[in-house]
Amino acid sequence: MKHVADWALNTASVRGASYADTRVVALRSRALSTKNGKVGSASDAESVGMSVRVIADGAWGFAASADLGRGAVEATAARAVEIARASARVKQHDVQLAPEKAVVAEWTTPYKIDPFTIPVEQNIDLLLKIDAELRSVAGITLAETNLNFNREEQWFVSSEGADIHQTKLSTGVGYAAYAFAGNEIQKRSYPTSYGGQWQNKGYELIEELRLVENARRIAEEAVALHHADQCPEGKFDIILDSSQLGLQIHESVGHPIELDRVLGMEANFAGTSFLTLDKLRTLRYGSDLVNVVADARQEHGPGLGTFGFDDEGVAAQCTPIITNGLFIGYLSSRETAHTIGENRSGGTLRAEGWNRLPMIRMTNVSLLPGEKPLSLEQLVASTDHGILMQTNRSWSIDDKRYNFQFGCEIGWEIKNGKRGRMVKNPSYSGITTEFWNSLDAICSRDEWTLWGTPNCGKGQPQQVMGTGHGAAPSRFRNIKVGSAFKGN
Amino acid sequence: MLTRDRAGDIFERIRRFSTADEVEVLFSGGSFALTRFANNIIHQNVAEENYVVSLRTVFGGRTARSSTNKFDDESLRQVVESSEKLATVQHPDSDLLPMPDAKEATGENRTGEAPVSTRDVPSRYFEATTGITPELRVEGVKKIVGAATKHSLTTAGVFSSAESIDGIFNSRGLSDWHTQTSAEISITMLGADSSGWQKASSPDVANLDPIALAETAAKKAIDSAHPREISAGKYTVILEPAAVLDIVGFMFWDYSGMAILDQRSFLSGRIGTKLFGDNVTIWDDVAHPLQSGAPFDGEGVRRQRVALVENGIVKRVVYARATAERMKRSEYGEKVGPIAATGHGFTLPNEMGEMPQNIVFAASRDPKTLEQMIASTERGVLVTRLWYIREVEPFEKMLTGMTRDGTFLVENGRVQGGVRNFRFNESLIHMLSNVEAMSTPARASGEESFDMVVPAMKIKDFNFTEVTKF
Repeated sequence: MKHVADWALNTASVRGASYADTRVVALRSRALSTKNGKVGSASDAESVGMSVRVIADGAWGFAASADLGRGAVEATAARAVEIARASARVKQHDVQLAPEKAVVAEWTTPYKIDPFTIPVEQNIDLLLKIDAELRSVAGITLAETNLNFNREEQWFVSSEGADIHQTKLSTGVGYAAYAFAGNEIQKRSYPTSYGGQWQNKGYELIEELRLVENARRIAEEAVALHHADQCPEGKFDIILDSSQLGLQIHESVGHPIELDRVLGMEANFAGTSFLTLDKLRTLRYGSDLVNVVADARQEHGPGLGTFGFDDEGVAAQCTPIITNGLFIGYLSSRETAHTIGENRSGGTLRAEGWNRLPMIRMTNVSLLPGEKPLSLEQLVASTDHGILMQTNRSWSIDDKRYNFQFGCEIGWEIKNGKRGRMVKNPSYSGITTEFWNSLDAICSRDEWTLWGTPNCGKGQPQQVMGTGHGAAPSRFRNIKVGSAFKGN
Repeated sequence: MLTRDRAGDIFERIRRFSTADEVEVLFSGGSFALTRFANNIIHQNVAEENYVVSLRTVFGGRTARSSTNKFDDESLRQVVESSEKLATVQHPDSDLLPMPDAKEATGENRTGEAPVSTRDVPSRYFEATTGITPELRVEGVKKIVGAATKHSLTTAGVFSSAESIDGIFNSRGLSDWHTQTSAEISITMLGADSSGWQKASSPDVANLDPIALAETAAKKAIDSAHPREISAGKYTVILEPAAVLDIVGFMFWDYSGMAILDQRSFLSGRIGTKLFGDNVTIWDDVAHPLQSGAPFDGEGVRRQRVALVENGIVKRVVYARATAERMKRSEYGEKVGPIAATGHGFTLPNEMGEMPQNIVFAASRDPKTLEQMIASTERGVLVTRLWYIREVEPFEKMLTGMTRDGTFLVENGRVQGGVRNFRFNESLIHMLSNVEAMSTPARASGEESFDMVVPAMKIKDFNFTEVTKF
């Protein structure tokens, strides 16, 4: 594919671009699902194409084409330059990129079993087995399962000399059981909701999750919720399981630290951020226990935000975001790094596929586990009165990322250190910094899971990206619970 | 652009490569360009062209789909092989119907109670839109930035244009093709502690006025400056059309025969009952002059005009072909109103069945302008836009979300200034039972749901539960 990149870069240079990079991308995906004992969908997809990103007259231009023929590639590069020159008519200053050493490299997601080598019949048999387990429980009215494999191969070449060939592989799997009775629909999901667990791994992820073994319990909980009491309303200490906390991190830490949001570039769609630049190294984001990093390196784990290089050729890094409660870092790019006094990008620019412009995206934004040994059961045992909430059901946060409300699938009341009655429709709400400052306990490493969020939407045109979020169950004091149902 | 003739050629090549009992090929894609601006400069300017061929093969009740964006013989052979390999390992699906032929797709074979027939869909292809160049988009952005500068505001937004195709061919002789253009302008104006927003879309760029949109967004930012905090609670609200479409859009997944069969619809057991106020009548109508999109569904069946709600009574849901047959055999068959394929099915195979996607609210007998709604309000909240809406409780259709980019206190018939944004937790059933006034429906665009033809609404007892910090 180097020749395709060379055609694009040469054309951009001849047309006057001061910088250009090109990505040639080949995508392959497989999606399988079942519903109530039958295959719901079975599809394979592939997409191949290239894009050129240029700076000309000090402004950005971008164009993409599915046609990899020389004529089409050169025309695409010329179009990118033409677009950049048009952009330059509405600019205030020239785009400046933080310096980055050009790298020639090869990188591939480590995996044990290529999921595309597993026979489809085996995949479907697994999903139908789970489905049967779910529907073996009386009261289950709808059972759904899904299995997804993605492979992305990319050649990144820049006018500065970078030449990076990178292949990423991801696997996702999950299921849900619904129980409809009377005037109520209850639902339970495993390993978590909205598509289950996703990681940059091969088929070995499927084998690790004990999917079939958990199906009956999940279905029984969905039915049992119909007989559970409504979660009480008021202020409570709450314990969040690691998957719900992963989403809490995504929404109330991950998005506000995106520097493009902070700088107003997302103001029309995804929104801005309460984390204005004056808050860097001054804002007490959370309690002393809160340590958050944005870590794209393989040693952090096989998250959906793990890679060798970002989509402008910057190597994966670990950026401290919150250290002992103090806010100290943003997610940055080569264009934005200088706004926070950095002379190097944090390496977070990524694009969905070949036809989208890379933008700042979360990598693996994770809450580090507690240092002292603490299991979930020990955490419950140390809680006088509270609510344990598990598995996300709804999520919403304002466009500056202050006020949030989350609903969970299931909860349990904790009294005198014991997990008591099940409660249905648990929800909680708050203000981001007040919430993180109320954290007073985090379980330790053996309770920590690196969750994948495969569906993070951002940008215009909107791009969907996978992000990773490590978390262990944690306790938050005196949180507003149940206001979602107040007045209804 | 990919033409119908070239697509027909690709289909014939695929047919030759395939050994399947039946073959269906969908075409989609087009060219798309977008100029994005923020902080009064252009920071993103992109263009792309891409087409996808999506093939479904059938072997004795087994079906699967594969897609590619490469149209050479080798790639087409691979996509055929991929689809056939996937299909042949499936379990036979007893609900899978033979592909429709052209007569069935247009309703000529219809038996039983038929929905209201489809009207001709007006042309949605406009040369003015295809002629938009990067320079013309930049000229539009310059006008928007000019308005921002004039009012000492900062602006962010997009100006995009597209030319797209949707096509379908199958081995029973059905073929259909749709081309259209689309253009969109979305503008946010930012003040020191306030913001305003406007968005519009149309197949014809001539219907978009960047200066008018910019001035309205700017006025909202100026008028909502120095927002005060008022307590959460139940308020009369006036939702502008974009806010209405973004919240009501969350219920249309439920107007599906499959959702009823799956018992995941809030309409389970409620079809034929009066769920909303007398003044709520909702159609799905792809041929409406303010609508857009292809006039056929994922199997090529022509979309019918369907009355979903009449005077507050839920009349019916929409159906893909197979869903209609399943519904007729089901225990719900006598309780769900007319059952027939309506041309709203998704591409097969899928889990969700179908959905109405060309929503049109009927005009009120006594429409009120936004100004009249404000003038008749003793105390309430005027909402420009809603944001991050999610379902909290599925059967009462309780949703949560935030107000955004222009939220105002109305007192004594006048807008009194901006207020801090609210979080709401509100049931759609409750909300659509409490509509006190509506404007004349207009095409509106939001971010949470697809474009619709909706009115502004004045609604009593809308439930705000919290206030945020801005």
